[in-house]
Amino acid sequence: MSTLHTVNKSPFEKNSLADCLGYAKEGSAVLMYEDGVYGAMKGNAVAEKVAAASGVKFYALGSDLKARGISQEKLAEGIEVVDYAGFVKLAVENDKVSAWV
Amino acid sequence: MKFAIQVNEGPYQHQATDSAYHFAKAALDAGHEIMRVFFYHDGVNNGTNLTTPPQDDRNIVNRWSELAKEHDLDMVVCVAAAQRRGIVDEGEMQRNGKDAQNIADGFRISGLGQLIEAGIQSERLMVFGD
Repeated sequence: MSTLHTVNKSPFEKNSLADCLGYAKEGSAVLMYEDGVYGAMKGNAVAEKVAAASGVKFYALGSDLKARGISQEKLAEGIEVVDYAGFVKLAVENDKVSAWV
Repeated sequence: MKFAIQVNEGPYQHQATDSAYHFAKAALDAGHEIMRVFFYHDGVNNGTNLTTPPQDDRNIVNRWSELAKEHDLDMVVCVAAAQRRGIVDEGEMQRNGKDAQNIADGFRISGLGQLIEAGIQSERLMVFGD
């Protein structure tokens, strides 16, 4: 059973990304969107936690990255950028969706 | 795949309703079904026809109404949340002795059971909000 976790809050505003990572099992996916995309940046206070989540695949919504001026070179390694069609695909491909609102 | 969508935030206040709309559109474009969009808490404010946003801004309410018309979507506004926030249809106007109604095209007011049913009958319930 794979789960898609969606995180829409900045990790500097709420603990939802950290909470999510505590639950995310190997083989699951985490999609960061809205202010959640700040969790996809390299070199910030949460980058280590994201990098340490083994077996978890990370995605970030491209339009929300762009709206916040986060360009490709500011992204941490291993983050895959998706559009809304990709968001839908992730929801379909995983068995469950858990929204960490 | 059969999706249901829950929107917990109002328009122009939080990005949630924009995210939900774009997700719904992408899902429909990919050939998936959306069996219901449920508007809860401040999300009921998406269902008022009294908004007049500036012409160069997106019209969030009309955008939902148009999507519902195009794809025959069932858009449900939670009755208890609507009563608190002044979202009124014909039935609510009469029941509560109001002199106006403001439910936007394509929306209907109903109970929380509709959300539970959506959770059971859909394959994925997508929650957007705060």
